[in-house]
Amino acid sequence: MKINVKINCSQLARAVLAEKLEALGVRHEFGRPGELILCDEIEPDTKEKLSEILGKYGIEILEDKHYVLVERIKNAIDTMLRSKDIHTEKVSDYLADQLNYSYSYLSEVFSETTFTSVENYVILRKVDIVKDLIAETDLNLTEIAFRLDYSSVAHLSAQFKKTTGLTPTAFRQIIKKRKEQAAG
Amino acid sequence: MSFKILNIALADDDEDDRLLFKEAIDEIRLETRISLFNHGQELMDHLTLPNIVLPHLVFLDLNMPIKDGMQCLREIRGNPNLNQVAIAIYSTSSSEKDIENTFILGANVYINKPNNFYKLKEVIEKVLKINWQYQTSNLNKDNFLLRV
Repeated sequence: MKINVKINCSQLARAVLAEKLEALGVRHEFGRPGELILCDEIEPDTKEKLSEILGKYGIEILEDKHYVLVERIKNAIDTMLRSKDIHTEKVSDYLADQLNYSYSYLSEVFSETTFTSVENYVILRKVDIVKDLIAETDLNLTEIAFRLDYSSVAHLSAQFKKTTGLTPTAFRQIIKKRKEQAAG
Repeated sequence: MSFKILNIALADDDEDDRLLFKEAIDEIRLETRISLFNHGQELMDHLTLPNIVLPHLVFLDLNMPIKDGMQCLREIRGNPNLNQVAIAIYSTSSSEKDIENTFILGANVYINKPNNFYKLKEVIEKVLKINWQYQTSNLNKDNFLLRV
């Protein structure tokens, strides 16, 4: 015997998702097709469990893989900026070596997921370390420039200004006054 | 995932400015949820409601009736429950003294209101993207200062 069925796939998927998410106590809303909005941040454990359960129904959490890779890229960039390798290796070679993916793949995933390029992120992160050094240490700009492999203080100042809209000196001044105010 | 949606609030007493701002935000590729407030008191009443989803980023006009942006800035930075909220000052004033003062009081971003829509969009997009990086990366929020 054969019967014909008409299956509404999106309704089916929603029913499965709603049931499984409710079972895990995850509050949610449905967004655009293929998009699920979770009302609260969920624990990595819960996310893993969810990923496993949904996998059985052929539902794959897409961003997750990319997100994990982006985290690894960011961590590798952090490590690089704080190590001696910063003086010798190009970011693209370093990332490809460390993560075993081609740089073009890494940079594509990164841009898709974070709305910014790897190059821009490196600059943002580098300037962030410069800010920490300005705020927390007595190092002068020449020393900071050397530590982060800027070719000159002028180059560091220009990149700092372009990224933050402030000069390193103005930044130092503001942080100093903030601290005085917090203390007073 | 929920972290991709940026919750934003804007307090500005000028209706045209609010509309332009909302239009600019809607045209930007990032996903956002925006709440608009007519003046500082309205914003503060909202932020101190129990159990609300706090905005990641608040845009504050400096000159507003009833409660101005400076006062909001002081109240937000004086409230430990709100210390995760980033603050962008959004003002026509380009006085260096105003700018330095707001930063010292704990503002993260200072924006000179641009005079055309294209520039406005560009500026807001830059601020949102950098703020998004601060939400999702290992960057030091204490040192988040940006002037555009």
